[in-house]
Amino acid sequence: MRAPQAASSRFTSAPYVLVAPLALVLVVFFGIPLVLVVVVSFFDLDKFDIIPTFVLTNYSELLSSPLTYTLYAKTIKYALIVWAITLVIGFTVSYFLVFHVRSILWQMGLFLLCTVPFWTSNVIRMISWIPLLGRHGLLNQSLIALGLADHPLEFLLFSDFSVVIAYVHLFSLFMIVPIFNSMARIERAVIEAAVDGGASRFRVITDIVIPLSRTGIALGSIFVIALVMGDFFVVKVMSGGQSASVVAAMSNEIAILQYPPAAANAVCLLTIVTLMVAVIMRVVDVRRELSG
Amino acid sequence: MRTVAGSNCTIRKEVPMSKRATGGRKITRRQLLKGAVATAAAVAGSRVSGVPTVWAQNIKDIKLVQAGGSYSAIIDIGRQATKDLGFQVEMQTGAHDALLNRFVTQPNSVDIADMEYFFLYQLVPRGVLHSIDLKKYKWWDKVVPIFTKGEYPDGRKVSRQGTLPYKVQYVDGPDSNRFAKGPTQWATAIPTVYNADTLGIRPDLVKRPIEHWHELLNPEFKGRSAILDVPSIGIMDAAMAIESRGDIKYGDKGNMTKEEIDKTIKILIGAKKSGQFRAFWTTFDESVNLMAAGEVVIQSMWSPAVTAVRARGIPCYYVPLNEGYRAWASCIAPMRHLTGLKLDAAYEYLNWYQSGWQGGFIAKQGYYSSVPETARKFMTEDEWGFWYDGKDAKSDIKDPYGTLMEKAGQKRDGGAFWERMGKVACWNTLMDENRYMVRKWNEFVSA
Repeated sequence: MRAPQAASSRFTSAPYVLVAPLALVLVVFFGIPLVLVVVVSFFDLDKFDIIPTFVLTNYSELLSSPLTYTLYAKTIKYALIVWAITLVIGFTVSYFLVFHVRSILWQMGLFLLCTVPFWTSNVIRMISWIPLLGRHGLLNQSLIALGLADHPLEFLLFSDFSVVIAYVHLFSLFMIVPIFNSMARIERAVIEAAVDGGASRFRVITDIVIPLSRTGIALGSIFVIALVMGDFFVVKVMSGGQSASVVAAMSNEIAILQYPPAAANAVCLLTIVTLMVAVIMRVVDVRRELSG
Repeated sequence: MRTVAGSNCTIRKEVPMSKRATGGRKITRRQLLKGAVATAAAVAGSRVSGVPTVWAQNIKDIKLVQAGGSYSAIIDIGRQATKDLGFQVEMQTGAHDALLNRFVTQPNSVDIADMEYFFLYQLVPRGVLHSIDLKKYKWWDKVVPIFTKGEYPDGRKVSRQGTLPYKVQYVDGPDSNRFAKGPTQWATAIPTVYNADTLGIRPDLVKRPIEHWHELLNPEFKGRSAILDVPSIGIMDAAMAIESRGDIKYGDKGNMTKEEIDKTIKILIGAKKSGQFRAFWTTFDESVNLMAAGEVVIQSMWSPAVTAVRARGIPCYYVPLNEGYRAWASCIAPMRHLTGLKLDAAYEYLNWYQSGWQGGFIAKQGYYSSVPETARKFMTEDEWGFWYDGKDAKSDIKDPYGTLMEKAGQKRDGGAFWERMGKVACWNTLMDENRYMVRKWNEFVSA
């Protein structure tokens, strides 16, 4: 910002002015609603009314119910599986784009190709798996026609398998983009020096590429984990409604106007996701890496 | 949660002009306005004849927002009402849970609540609805007695299990928040569309007659049955099946005790773990696709979904079962914030609603009207015979948009109106132990 000379005496206020619009938006649309959710999570309710008081029953009921733990175990299981798969995909795709595609034009072209699936909506990308994986779907018909299966494989659809496939398909890009970005910033000279010094390709990856792209890996992991933890729609559709998630349980509660328990559930989920993000940030200091 | 109406799958076509009969104009205006007939004469020839000038000019600016499920808050009905009444009626749709939340938390954003009857348990005590003065509503004596008296025309009592509309039909007085024991002058809402739901099957894949609800849990259909994943409704379908198998005798399937819920969920979890269910569906389209793709051969379904499967040339049968049907009913009511001219307009609209056009329209989608005799005027003899009398269709039966629903010679599954509505075993509802039930249902889904 090129501030006029006269304003330079008040330079200390400039950063505050610059950050004000974002801060305002965050406070109004994120801060206040979040505080309300926390407040409501301590409210009581009877058959028709939410009673503004301070009770811990919502939390004690939530934490004493085995259902909560089953749901979290299930949701975290999905998050970890999807995280591992998208990490491998994100890393290999970025590695190929950055180190094997020489021309910048091809690099950008192929990178854009990765985003093609995102030109249609989430819902369509997810639903298109159903006719492919179904009992009488394309995949099963092909397998039977090729003689590779004698009866349709039922685990392909409405199962954990199909849920994970949809997640990976939906969220891989969120891993590719940050990893690609940080890999592209790796100084080629470092790698050349390593190769000249006799390092194998494997050592170059483990000792140079992985450490130097850890910012991207951390950011991608945050995206993927937060997206999976907060989802209920993909689970619902791809498991044929046969698998639940933390958010699905919350949505069932809201459907019958049970706001306080749903709010308590939301606060717990938020805490756990925040903890997971904190662990990632602890391992990789994203801010230092980005500014450095 | 009928989130998607059958018609959404089809290309919308304009309703033929001949069908847009003059139903709206035949309506006698409210008694309050009858004194103004002389003024009305002055505007004779104007489109909304019979309405005084002042009224006619003021009402132009009125807009009523009706929010309801996509199977009842249909845009065509809003358009026709706007045309016939001279003020604007706007339709907004949402899923069950979104609607209930909206009526409670933002009552002022809606003028006409369009909902299932069990919503009234939540809405009337909260005082968000305006009680309807039946003296200003002209069709009450023509409404099917299931609603007005909780009886069939022959005097038999309708099943009280679940939310029989009659149980929440009346309040003590104007803007009272308490349900009345018997009929009064004050109604909570006006009944609109309703139907009797049962199991849909693929006769070509089931290959034998199905007569009982317990077939839903029969291991013969392991991996090929499905139920509805709306906890309050899904558990009732499950209860119909479990009771029919003889495992539990429920006191009231529509208001289970904690023990009954526990036992029911235990049986469901057992069935789920043994792989009985292929899927749990939530939207209309999901149920159609599951059936049409052969993923599922027996499942709880809605009537237009069965028709939608058949319209694809795939056999599907909406089986009348010995234990009877699970029925549901929708209703509309003005919100309490309406006053003055807007409230008058709301009464006008209620009277228009049951004057026949709407009833004829939804009948062609397989739903029933609460005032069948006015709906009949907006249907051909053949359509009436097919949908209400259970007779063979003499010619092809089409939906309101002209899409073929049934070929000539077909008969409605389950037969005539009273054959179907006369065998209601229970009604869609919200239980007292709702919170507990939803927790247990979540356990079932995540098991």
